[in-house]
Amino acid sequence: MLRYSLRRLLGAIPTLFLLTAFTFFMIRAAPGGPFSRERQLLPEIEANLNAAYHLDEPLYMQFGRYLGGLLRFDFGPSFQYRDYTVTELIKTGFPVSLKLGGAAMLVALVIGVAAGCIAALRQNRAADHGVMAVAMTGISIPNFVMAPLLILVFAVYLRWLPAGGLGGLRTMVLPVTALALPQIAYLARLTRGSMIEVLRSNFIRTAKAQGLPTWQIVVRHALRPVLLPVVSYLGPAAAAVITGSVVIEQIFSVPGIGRFFVTGALNRDYTLVMGVVVFYGALIIAFNFVVDLAYAWLDPRVKYK
Amino acid sequence: MKRFAAWTAVAAASAVLAGCGGDGAPVAAAATLKVQAGGATGKELADVQILRIGNGNEIQTLDPHRGEEVQGANVQRDLYEGLVNEAPNGDIVPGVAESWTMSDDGKTYVFHLRHDARWSNGDPVTAADFLFGLRRGVDPKTLSTYSFILSPIENADEISAGKRPPDDLGVRALDDYTLEIQLAHPTPYFVSLLQHSMTYPLHRASFEKHGDQFTRPGNLVSNGAFELADWVVQSHIKLVRNPHYWNNANNKLDEVWFYPTEDQSAELQRYRANELDITDVVPATQIKWIRENLAAEFVVAPYLGSYFYGFNLTRPPFKDQPKLRRALALAIDRQAITDQVIGAGQTPAFGWVPPVAHYQPQQMPEGAWTQAAREAEAKRLYAEAGYSAAKPLRTELMYNTQENHRRIAVAMASMWKRVLGVETEITNQEWKVYLDTRNKKIDTQVYRHGWIGDYNDAFTFAEMLRSTAGLNDTGYDNPEYDRLVTAAQSELDLDKRGELLEAAERVMLADMPILPIYTYVTARLVKPWVGGYQSNIMDHHPHKDLYILKH
Repeated sequence: MLRYSLRRLLGAIPTLFLLTAFTFFMIRAAPGGPFSRERQLLPEIEANLNAAYHLDEPLYMQFGRYLGGLLRFDFGPSFQYRDYTVTELIKTGFPVSLKLGGAAMLVALVIGVAAGCIAALRQNRAADHGVMAVAMTGISIPNFVMAPLLILVFAVYLRWLPAGGLGGLRTMVLPVTALALPQIAYLARLTRGSMIEVLRSNFIRTAKAQGLPTWQIVVRHALRPVLLPVVSYLGPAAAAVITGSVVIEQIFSVPGIGRFFVTGALNRDYTLVMGVVVFYGALIIAFNFVVDLAYAWLDPRVKYK
Repeated sequence: MKRFAAWTAVAAASAVLAGCGGDGAPVAAAATLKVQAGGATGKELADVQILRIGNGNEIQTLDPHRGEEVQGANVQRDLYEGLVNEAPNGDIVPGVAESWTMSDDGKTYVFHLRHDARWSNGDPVTAADFLFGLRRGVDPKTLSTYSFILSPIENADEISAGKRPPDDLGVRALDDYTLEIQLAHPTPYFVSLLQHSMTYPLHRASFEKHGDQFTRPGNLVSNGAFELADWVVQSHIKLVRNPHYWNNANNKLDEVWFYPTEDQSAELQRYRANELDITDVVPATQIKWIRENLAAEFVVAPYLGSYFYGFNLTRPPFKDQPKLRRALALAIDRQAITDQVIGAGQTPAFGWVPPVAHYQPQQMPEGAWTQAAREAEAKRLYAEAGYSAAKPLRTELMYNTQENHRRIAVAMASMWKRVLGVETEITNQEWKVYLDTRNKKIDTQVYRHGWIGDYNDAFTFAEMLRSTAGLNDTGYDNPEYDRLVTAAQSELDLDKRGELLEAAERVMLADMPILPIYTYVTARLVKPWVGGYQSNIMDHHPHKDLYILKH
């Protein structure tokens, strides 16, 4: 197990390196730079700026400098938000994204798995059709439609909840709902499919033949194998959700890191884009690792050596 | 890549919302409460004096010498006070300087500072603080991208270029409360430049103590009506009353909160949910709904900006073709564009410089004609330029990716097609790519451009079409135009100067290197309980002049 973990950890290094290199050279290849603006700068001032940010060095040297910084967890200064370093921006933004995304994933997991189980146990009956209809709607309504709708109803018309910002628990309700809805829908469908399959398997039939009550069969015997596909979906999904959603953050004015992916690229904020991409990449790798470990626990047939 | 797809989705959201809130929705819009703001007299103040403002994109910096966008300047205007201030109507009024004198040759200014001005930590504001700020502004080490604002000051340009030390700047503190500024050449609009953040004073002790962290809450020492209490990037900036401000007794607001509102539809919803008192903008797709439902709170006013298209004069088909350029300019029905395509109240423009101080707005003579007459003239010029239905002009019209620009581009192409039979290919590029393309003058033919002036003077527009100007992406090069603008640059008599710049614009409009479309407006929502708000052409609103009425 330890050896496996170590191997995975070492394997992550080239992956991260490739990701870093790819992103670094891609964003540099885009026309326009952080200092291109309508009013041309005086050549001396532009040269000065380039020198201050080491943009006057050859690309490979800049890349080396960037890698050196990464080893010290230094993502460099932001070009756009001049009073902050990228590390600071991630440090303040990530807890927000994590809080919202974590809450959303938790809500989605509980409701989605429960709804999926109910649908599977009531297969082809009203409850099943009901859950699946709601799930299909949840998947097909994109959150850039759902989020403004939620605001319109709950903040503007009913005045129950704030329309934006992030403060107490009340401000979390709408963004968490909007983030969780598509996940609930997806998880419900995944759980249902998996449950139906597991319920047809031999060991469940045996349990039924022994006369065990349904809830016991579901909770004690079926749930663990049912969760296998759910867990493998959960890894990357959680990484995506907790690094923030551009749409949700914009619409609810939430200060997470999701929007940095887009604003960073549009502003040619090289360091900020690199910072969030590398951070996101590292998270995905970490979550996939956790998923693999969870597999071993959920499925006795999986062994890591 | 998912995230990029999501971005376009945000834009789409506004369209979706238009459908939701727009037609047929019950006008139970809670924000349209029947509120009698200000109590029985209409002047009673609310107990809680907190103003909440939508401020567009997250600001770049609170460092007055490194900022370059409107959003950051909005916050800095509350934090700092320069030598001069702006009244709610935009007039320049005394700030830290109680009075000033200008020498007869227009090159030396002496500012007399008030003795009761204080920093937020209680220190007196002195001439040395201004001297320190101005020197830092031109110091190349500051990495300022706006040091050209200080360019009229003696030696400023050489210092910015690193050819002289910052101490050589033509500014002297004659004593603690007297500041002398020496200009390189007479600059009639110099005092109006002093509203710019580049001229703000800096508290040297705190700046040197905290280094690049000096703008953080707890570190920032400011001399304006407010001080910085809290700043969470992408969430809010909270300012509180500066008790040491010399005019604190007349400042009614206790707190000002700035919220980044990148998403315009979301901003509108927060306004409707009473979470914002003033919005930065309104979504274009919602203007119809706003006019129907929030008309009393919808404030539209002229803004110091010109929306136009540039012709690339360095290459065919527009090189040496003034008649063709004029034909294209006349074929555009500007009224249709401002009324039907964008519709926030923009004014159709047949001239270029917006209505700034000491300037008589100019326009093409055809501006006074009917649209039908303009189109007839357009057809005539088009034919004279050698084009016809059999041999139509084929051109490419380029804009930077944005919904309103797209709508205008499509409208223009169809007007050209209808009136002249021009075959137009419409392309768009993302902003930073577009800047690059436009400046190279290789791949452009007709391209979108807009310009918001840096100060309330025609020169901020006139200078950019000089043959040597970095902003001149048309390649326009007319010695007569250059001569008139250069002559105006140092003309101290405001009337004569106005005449020179007006003459320059007439020369330019005869050559038609650009195609004016409309003059910008600011369009925003202001709650009925916000008192003291006045529109002005700079769209500068020092919040110390605002207050909250009882509601």
